[in-house]
Amino acid sequence: MIYQGKQKIWSDYQKEIPDNHWFYVRSCIRQSFFPASEHYFLKICRDLLDRDIYESAHHTTCGGIAYHCDTIPQETAMTIVARQFALMTEAGYENLVTSCITSFGNYTEILETWREFPELEARVREHLWKSCRREFRKPVYLAHASDLVYKLRDEIAARARFSLVDKETGEPLKIVEHIGCHYSKMFPHKGVGGAEYPCVLSGMAEAWGGKVIDYPERRHCCGFGFRQYLVKANRGYSMSNTYKKFESMEPYHPDVIITNCPGCPFFLDRWQYVISEQEGKTYGPDGHGIPVLTYEELAGLVLGFDPWDLGLQVHQVGPEPLLDKMGIPYDPSAKYNGLDRKKLMTPGLPAVLKCC
Amino acid sequence: MDFGFNLSPSSAVELDKVDTSLFRELCRIEPGARTCIGCGSCSATCTASEHSGMSVRKLLLSLQRGKMRDVEKMLTCCMLCGKCTMVCPRGINTRRIILTVCRLYENVEGRI
Amino acid sequence: MENKDQILVIGGGVAGMEAARQLKSLGFKPILVEKGPALGGHVASWNRLFPDMTPVRKVLDPLTSSLEGVEVLLDTTVESVSRSQREYTVVLTRGRVIKCPAIIIATGFKLFEARKKEEYGYGIYDRVITNKDLENWFNTGEDGRVPDRPSAVGFVHCVGSRDIKAGNQQCSKVCCITAIKQAIEVKERFPQAEVYCFYMDLRLFGKKYEDFYINAQRDCGIHFIRGRVSEVAELIDGRVQVKAEDTLSGRPVKVKLDLLVLMSGIVCNPANNHLASELSVPLDEDGFLRSRDNIFSVTESDRPGVFFAGTCTGPKTIPETLSEARGAALGVYNYLKGKK
Repeated sequence: MIYQGKQKIWSDYQKEIPDNHWFYVRSCIRQSFFPASEHYFLKICRDLLDRDIYESAHHTTCGGIAYHCDTIPQETAMTIVARQFALMTEAGYENLVTSCITSFGNYTEILETWREFPELEARVREHLWKSCRREFRKPVYLAHASDLVYKLRDEIAARARFSLVDKETGEPLKIVEHIGCHYSKMFPHKGVGGAEYPCVLSGMAEAWGGKVIDYPERRHCCGFGFRQYLVKANRGYSMSNTYKKFESMEPYHPDVIITNCPGCPFFLDRWQYVISEQEGKTYGPDGHGIPVLTYEELAGLVLGFDPWDLGLQVHQVGPEPLLDKMGIPYDPSAKYNGLDRKKLMTPGLPAVLKCC
Repeated sequence: MDFGFNLSPSSAVELDKVDTSLFRELCRIEPGARTCIGCGSCSATCTASEHSGMSVRKLLLSLQRGKMRDVEKMLTCCMLCGKCTMVCPRGINTRRIILTVCRLYENVEGRI
Repeated sequence: MENKDQILVIGGGVAGMEAARQLKSLGFKPILVEKGPALGGHVASWNRLFPDMTPVRKVLDPLTSSLEGVEVLLDTTVESVSRSQREYTVVLTRGRVIKCPAIIIATGFKLFEARKKEEYGYGIYDRVITNKDLENWFNTGEDGRVPDRPSAVGFVHCVGSRDIKAGNQQCSKVCCITAIKQAIEVKERFPQAEVYCFYMDLRLFGKKYEDFYINAQRDCGIHFIRGRVSEVAELIDGRVQVKAEDTLSGRPVKVKLDLLVLMSGIVCNPANNHLASELSVPLDEDGFLRSRDNIFSVTESDRPGVFFAGTCTGPKTIPETLSEARGAALGVYNYLKGKK
């Protein structure tokens, strides 16, 4: 692998990411999949790095899931998105940052479509006015939250209490980065590093001390694919794609997988359990799995936040081997405590996949 | 209850893992087998084709992709009329290929 | 000597060399301008030529020696051109000004920059090279990316050509036959290696090309897979994995290779844009210079006294280029005959 070759490609795909003043839109599903990720994104940006990030309680779904499942027409999705732009305009912001990759893809696709077909934009403005008497300006900059964390990666590194290094050996941890398809596959120039060799996550991993693994099926979709998972008859494809990725990354012995999509980490994490039950196969050391984290969770770990406050206990694959490697202290007995520090309940453990 | 959580088998052919020993043996005897350009005229003219799926083009390809079961099935459908040989633009002796593959198959245990 | 015998030939590849040679024998005084430090163009970086495996020197040496007495300006390009009634005044770099009644443009092509097809990983994966790199390796034996004893080698046809996304709709014409030539050469050097050619269509139009193809299939056992490579990835041992569809069987195929050769196509030379605007000759939609027509007057431009030779008007083989160079020289002769 010729690293300079990748750097050359990255230099072709640098996108402008303003440093401050963002209107933040959350994801529909991430708060139940990774309950602390969005909270810690805001906490890190606002409290630690002193950035102005605004969110509105009136924000709704962007309609992306419905759009990708063919249950609403694109014009409806556009009107929903137009309303989010109106909220941003009303709040006095012009930079929009999304938590969800599919939202990011949806917003990007809509803005690009309007650029090509201004008459469609005019119609959607009319729909929005008729339906809720709102008007909007289009965002000047649109970013995914991982773009922003990428932008802030060195500031995070400067405040890091832990790094992505095996504290026993001093070797960098081996990181698999997985990018959501809708991040840059539709519009390569809208993603940091493009579509073939994105550097949005690898840039973070390297800044925080890790070594990124480029395995053969790196570019492959996690397999979620909306209709693949949501339609029962297709569910096997979803899992088979994840399986293909794990088989491909296995020889590299990755320590952790980081992702920037709502769906990918959920499936990369949960399918490890299903594969272990069906095939008796696990991909981490000694019967463990490979922990799958969001980039916010990883940033939180590096910055020294408590792993259980970061919500790592809701992952199927236990994060403990990773925490041990990084030398992050944690209280095993507090793993399943609620925010009030009282024990919620202890989940049953899988038969094959070792989850500590 | 079936939730559909099953691994689907991959249909990908891994060229470096395919056993092509039978094809190589065939080419040693009938080098013309390698010169097929997949034009399909053999299948188009084949008497058995539309009723049985017989195709010399597919047979040669299947031999190179390790799809031995398909080869076996096709061999049993050929009526040896020789129309495919007449029509082949590369002058491949397709009839001889079929007979040769049949003979090579006899040596493979458990087949035909 | 009078200016009316002076003819400027722009571009010192085989087209320009042959044009200058013919102009000389027709009694003109050609001045050959080449932007690089040597004559020979792209051909000079090749090793052997299809379809007879002719060594490049057998083409370039006689061309070079026949240019004796012809003024050759190396490391020189055209800065500006103005036209009076009777002649063109061409300002060259390095301060030279040429007055001439006719000009032959032989500025050739550019090889597609393979790294632009990001999914093939040229410049990123250690075992991915281009057709040009392979020729250089044939010439020098030096290229760290070529392994000592490869067991599998692949060729990807149409890299950057017939590809709207790469900005080149046109067929590059010479890559199919070049891939077959190079595949045979690789097989000759590494008889134990399996060699795969991934193609969309095989376009083997020229004399003896089909024989070459049959030779590659029958005698060399080269595997031709009809399917475009979608993606290349590096394996843990440094080899590359190639994915394509075997469109004849309708199945995805994967293969692990020790070396992958990308057939970078002929694309238009962006240096032509400046020249075209200086001379007011139009460019075609594909970025190549536009001939007066594509049947009868391929070597003529819309401007009086401006002629074309070779690949500045589109992808061509060497014999086609040489014929056009002769045609362009003859065009100059006929154009000026009435004016003497």
